[in-house]
Formats: sequence, C-alpha cells, structure tokens
Amino acid sequence: MAIDIVQKPSVGLSKIALSQTHGENSPYFAGWKAYDENPYHEKHNPSGVIQMGLAENQVSFDLLEEFLENNQEATSWGKNVSGFKENALFQDYHGLLAFRKAMASFMEQVRGGKAKFNPERVVLTAGATAANELLTFILANPGDALLVPTPYYPGFDRDLRWRTGVEIVPIHCESSNNFQITLEALESAYDHARSKNMKVRGVLITNPSNPLGATIQRKVLEQILDFVTRKNIHLISDEIYSGSVFHSDEFVSIAEILESRNYKDSERCHIVYSLSKDLGLPGFRVGTVYSYNDQVVTTARRMSSFTLISSQTQFLLASMLSNKEFTEKYIKINRERLRKRYETIVDGLKKAGIECLKGNAGLFCWMNLSPYLKEATRESELEIWKTIMEEVKLNISPGSSCRCSEAGWFRVCFANMSEETLEVALRRLHEFMDRRRNGQVLSME
Amino acid sequence: MLSTKVTDCNAHGQDSSYFLGWEEYEKNPYDEIDNPNGIVQMGLAENQLSFDILQSWLDNNPDATAFKKNGQSIFKELALFQDYHGLPAFKNALVKFMSEIRGNTVTFDPNNLVLTAGATSANETLMFCIANPGDAILVPTPYYPGFDRDLRWRTGAEIVPIHCSSSNSFRITKSALEDAYQQAQKHDLKVKGILVTNPSNPLGTSLNLHELDVLVNFISTKNIHLISDEVYSGTVFSSPNFTSVMEVLKNRNLVNTEVSKRVHIICSLSKDLGLPGFRIGTIYSENGDIISAATKMSSFGLISSQTQYLLSEMLADKKFTKTYLSENRRRLKHRQETLVKGLQKAGIRCLKGNAGLFCWVDMRHLLCSKTFQGEMELWKKIVYDVRLNISPGSSCHCCEPGWFRVCFANMSEKTLVFAMQRVKSFVESMTKKNSNQSRQEQIRLNHARRTKSLPKWVFSLSTHPLEV
Repeated sequence: MAIDIVQKPSVGLSKIALSQTHGENSPYFAGWKAYDENPYHEKHNPSGVIQMGLAENQVSFDLLEEFLENNQEATSWGKNVSGFKENALFQDYHGLLAFRKAMASFMEQVRGGKAKFNPERVVLTAGATAANELLTFILANPGDALLVPTPYYPGFDRDLRWRTGVEIVPIHCESSNNFQITLEALESAYDHARSKNMKVRGVLITNPSNPLGATIQRKVLEQILDFVTRKNIHLISDEIYSGSVFHSDEFVSIAEILESRNYKDSERCHIVYSLSKDLGLPGFRVGTVYSYNDQVVTTARRMSSFTLISSQTQFLLASMLSNKEFTEKYIKINRERLRKRYETIVDGLKKAGIECLKGNAGLFCWMNLSPYLKEATRESELEIWKTIMEEVKLNISPGSSCRCSEAGWFRVCFANMSEETLEVALRRLHEFMDRRRNGQVLSME
Repeated sequence: MLSTKVTDCNAHGQDSSYFLGWEEYEKNPYDEIDNPNGIVQMGLAENQLSFDILQSWLDNNPDATAFKKNGQSIFKELALFQDYHGLPAFKNALVKFMSEIRGNTVTFDPNNLVLTAGATSANETLMFCIANPGDAILVPTPYYPGFDRDLRWRTGAEIVPIHCSSSNSFRITKSALEDAYQQAQKHDLKVKGILVTNPSNPLGTSLNLHELDVLVNFISTKNIHLISDEVYSGTVFSSPNFTSVMEVLKNRNLVNTEVSKRVHIICSLSKDLGLPGFRIGTIYSENGDIISAATKMSSFGLISSQTQYLLSEMLADKKFTKTYLSENRRRLKHRQETLVKGLQKAGIRCLKGNAGLFCWVDMRHLLCSKTFQGEMELWKKIVYDVRLNISPGSSCHCCEPGWFRVCFANMSEKTLVFAMQRVKSFVESMTKKNSNQSRQEQIRLNHARRTKSLPKWVFSLSTHPLEV
C-alpha cells in the first residue's frame, strides 16, 4: 500500500482530494511497510516480519475449494449457453434475485435461525467499505455526527468521513468494564457532539466488535436501542464478523431484538454485512446494507449504482450460499477452527505473561500490554509497538490507531496465517518477554 | 430524519422520462413468441452483437473462470486480493487493449490507471477529485441522462450545459464553450472542468480534430480540467477513425505539460465488450495527485478480483482482441445501416453517425408542435401506440425538440427489422391523419380569415362559434 504525501497544493483539485481524511498517512502504516519490505516466509525468509495486523480469515479455504470442485457450473454459468450472456448483461441495481435470497438465508443461518431476513431489504454493495459509506451518505449531511464506540476499526475514519463530510464522535469505552458500551458513555458522546453544534444522526456499532473480538451483550444492545429511540436517531449495526463467533449462542444480532419487539421503531435500524470475513473473500467485494426503513432501502439501491457487485461474482455466490448442505457445514467448521486458533493464541500469550480481553469472536484478540508501558501514554504505546515490530518482527495494530482511550492495548490477528506460523509468532513473543524479564531488553526499561 | 440527498428533489434523476420508458417496457416487454405485441426495448445502449465470440473464447479457456493459472489453482490468492492498485496482470492487459482500440497511436502506462466498478463509479470518483460542492462542470448537450446523477448527486457539483444544435450537426464550438462558461460565472459557479463523451452518447459520432483542438485550447486558457469519457471508443465502425484526446496531446507535443495533467480519460468494458454486469471501469490520467486520490477512493467501488482475473486472461489474448474488435465493428456497422435504412423507408432521417450503439434520429417533422410538449406527446405515442421504448432528446437535455436516441445493438436483427416495420406503419398512419387534419385545419383557417375581417361587434352578437 503506497503512502503518497501531497506536499504542495495542486492546481484544480477538490478539497476532498487534497485532504488527509483517507487516513493513510497515519503512523501505523509504517508497520505495513516493514512487513512489505521483509515478509516472513517459512522456508525463504524465516526471520522476516510476521503479519498479524491483517484481519483476514484464511482458515477455511479448503472448504471453499471443495465446493468449487464439486460445483463447476457455479463458475462457468452451467451448461446453458445463454447463461453467460444473461449474466454479463445483468447490471440491475436490485441485484441478482437468487443471490439476494441466498444472502438473506445465509444471514439467517449465521444467526442460528434466530432472526428472519427479507431478500427485498437486501441492498448489495461492493464490500462493507462501500456499504458503510453509502449508509452515511443517506443518513447524515456534511457536518453532522455519528457516534462510534472506541476502540474502533481504523478504516471508519475514512469510510464514514472522507467523502461524506460527516464527523465521528467517539463513545469512550474503558477496560474497567471490559470496554462495554455504557449509557453514560452514550449520553456523554451525544452531549459532546451537541456542545460542538453538531447534529447527531446515529450510532454505529460493530457487533461482534473489531478490534475487541467480543460480542455485545443483549442487555447492552437493548440499552443502545432505547437510547437511539429516545434521541430519535439511527442505529447502524455492522455485523461483518457475525459468522466468526466461536459459540453460536453467544451472538445476539440487533435483528433478534427488533423481532422480539415486533419491529416497533425498527425503521431507524440498519445492518451492514459482508462475506469478506466470514467466507474469507475480501477480493470479491461482497457487501450488503440491510435496512428496516423502506426509504433507505430505495435510496440505497439507487446509490448502489456506484458500487455494484460483479454479476459474475453474484452468480457464483448465489450458487454457493443457496447450497444449505455447504453453508451449514462451512459455518460450523469455520467457527470451530477460529475458536481453536483463538485458544492457541490466548494460551500462548498467557504463557508469555500477557493477558487478553476475554473474547468470543472475530479474527483477532485484544492484547493488554499496559502493565509494560513506561507511561500510560500514546507515545509509550508506540514505543512498544515499534520494538515489537523491529525486534520481535511482528506487525500488530496499536490501540491508538483504533482511537482507544487507554494506552497499551494491541489488536493481534490469528486467522491470516498457518498454524505453524502462529506458533512461530508466539514463540518469538515468549522469548522476547523472557529477555525483558531478565533485563536483556533495553528499549523497554 | 434522512439526509438531504434523499429528500432533495431528484438529483438521482430516477423520475425522468428516460427511466419511465424503462418502466413501461418492464410491464410489457416484447417477445417474438410470447408477447409479439409488447414494447421493443430501443432505449438500452447495450452491445449484444458479439457474445458468440466471447463465449467461444470462454469455451477454449476454461481456466480463466475456474480460478486456475497454468492448471494450478489460484483461488485463495484471488479471493484475498483486495489491493486497490488492482491486479497487475489485468492493468497490463487493459492498457494494451486501450491502445489497440486507438490503433496503437498512443500507449498507456498501467501506473496511471485506476480501476473502478464501472464507468458510473469512475465518473463520480473523478468529480469528487476535481470539484467541490457547488462547483460546475460544463457538459455538451445532448448528453447521457445518467450524468445528472453520476456527476451531481453525492458530489454536490453542478452541470452547466454547452448547447449544441443541429445547425452544425451538434458539433462543439468555441462560442458555445464561452457561452456556457459565462453562464456559470453569471450564476456564481466556479467552473472546474469540461466533460465530453467521445464517441458521443447520444449522437453516435466521434469528435473531430477541430473540436478536440478547440477543447484543448479552451481548457488551456481557462486552466480547467478536461474529462473525456471514451466508453464507446471500441464501437467506432466507420470513418472518420477514432481520435482520442490523448492522441491530440501527443501530436501537439503537450505530453508531460501542465495541460496534460488536467486531461483524464474514462474507459469501460461495458459497451465495447458488452459486459455491463461485470462492472469494469477505469480512470486514466497523467496527474499523479489525481491518480493517488482516485486510487484510494476506488476502495468504495473495487472490481471483483474474480472478474479482474478473467478479463486479464481474455485481454492478454492478442488473437482474441484483434478478431473481436474488427468483427464487432463490422457487425455494429451493419446494424446501424439496417436501422438507418429502415427509418429512411419511413421518411425519417438520422444524424450521420460513425460510432456507438444507437442513432440520433430526427423526428422533428412528426411533431404536432415544435415544442418539448410536442416531443413528449410524440414520445408517448411511440411508447404506447407504436410500442417502442426510445429516448426523447429532452431526457438528454437537447435544446431542440424532436430528436430521439434509438438503440440498435441490444436486440436480434429480426426484432430490429420488425421494429422498423412498426415505425413505417405508424408514420404512414400519421401522414394520413395529418393530411385529413390539415384539410380540416385549412378550412378552419379560411373561415377564420374571412371572419377576422368583420368588425368586433359582429362577434359579440353571435352566440355560436363558427364550426366546420
């Protein structure tokens, strides 16, 4: 990922083009650079940097490849000669009906059948990145605010703000209660926005959370829903990691809560989903906005013209996701493998004397290095981060890049490498912590 | 509770007649067997003429859709590939294809290319890079109705029309450019650039060298951008040969100058290759800052890696691209001639076109009144009575009523010929009706003339108007 810094004002470019709101000049991109220049490889570069800053799901590709082997018509449009032509011409922003149906049914399956989804409310976009931006364009005007609990996915700074002109006001969450969202934090964020004369348009939560790797509890969701109803604002629930919950009964979707309330006040609720994390297909650009608001659905659909999913890909995934035998097997096995990976990393870190937040979902764990900070500051955090990058040769994400209000937390990904590589990473950390305890690591004293 | 983008009237343009015609077609679509009285879709600029050539390539190259390269699976690699710089193999093949379409008169550097989900996304992205909300972009009329949405909706930019007229075959003139620029200034709008479509939609003609020179000179003087939407570049089927604005810059020794940094092209595979569903669009520019910003923005509309891979294999096959381009052009030429001749038989003329998937048809002589209302009435007759969905010029912001865009490449030849027969019958019946009406009209006029010579007090006495 190139870092281009605009050093002089250019003739005739827009404010948006010249702004830094895309966020790609933030310090944590240096970690990516270190990895790109010296990537770990089991055989060719065993002392290279191990990438643990990339939330990708690489644990279940064999299942996907198996499906492709057994269902070749999904990629060759079947034996029907007009299949290719029809598909190649299909650019209707309603999206392929078969795919919308398959997506709705997959979302139901991921939630263990505890919520129903109507294909008519599924709007397709090229990835969740596009879905989040699109929803922001629809729900807020330039200068308005969205409240987002910290720590949050760094990409939101770009996705929600860059071209939309909308502001993010953080809902500060703290380790003292495991970073759960509280009513006080919600009220405080709201008041802060109002004090700055910003119109608050909604709350955006990620559930399960990135970077915490934990689901939001039912009673907290109820509280958030009551809050947005009281303030008459929107609620966006980014459920992109819903299929990566280690135990299916631990995830409660906002859809379930709405159903239990008979959809009262549901037109303020919108769900974002994608196949990038659960199915490990970020390259295919498959995202969706699911809204309980008819006007939002209609507008989102029209706006999706700017970000349609390739019909070739819709066709393939319609075939894959409508195959119940495949999806049930995939969801179950994928979940188990992620849980096992999580246990491996948490145990490994524990042995190294490092605690993590108790997580139950996602492709990463939220690691606590605050006891090892010189001072409880962002600078100290970045110092440790730099040390880990340069000495331990691991690229992990510092909490400050996620706007965490407490220093010393790090997001460490575990699903984007082989089991062997994960073991190597844990070993390196273990050795590093040993050296530090024995006073051999000068830079952290 | 929703943003002004939702509640504000219609910057998405969804309610224009362009879309209403579509709706009527959807309700009652023509089918040779199942619905021979239905509406024939002639409002859709799709290229359906060369699918057999594409299909044949697919049959001979199964690896390209099976995620295989040299027999090895690259599924995982592709599934994980989301780098907004795009698949290098695809960009390399694409720039060569773009060159080939332009007769290899210019070469393109893949590092100056940004991939987007369709030209729709490319146009909007460029606008975000060039214009602030409230700024203006000049666009020659008539233009593609989708621009109203693509250039303005989320960007907040304004379109100021450069009026072109039939008096000079709708060519862009220096004075028309100046007028548009002044109009913008009068309304306190800062002009950031010009967007032209070359070849033109809906005219079906490519810009001539004079027009291109006028444009380059104009943007030079005014220090603004020029966007050349060249999505129809591969559909030029007769002379003059297509000249891209890039070629003009090269010939005038303007490469690597200030001016060339303000010229950007839009390309797509939706029209040339007939693959609108695959969402393959691109921005090409020598302006590093624009490429940098646009590349990051493309995150909001990346092309599926599955599709990038398929097209990288297809376009790298030089034998295929050569055959496809020449055969596709030949077929388009034949179709256009079929349409032109068919309309001629009905006494209807077209603008002389050399490109595109449609003709710009002159139906001014069929209007009841030379107004846009007259155009709407004629259009409704054509949609509901003749049962053809064609696009009225007003939906393309044409300043003269009576022109229509009629597509010829999105149906079988048989259907096209059938549609022409309907047109012929319609015109014949209209001519009969008109000649009856004009006889009646003549009589009424004669009466009116006689009665007009009587003093007013005669009328105030009469209680019954004169009737034929």
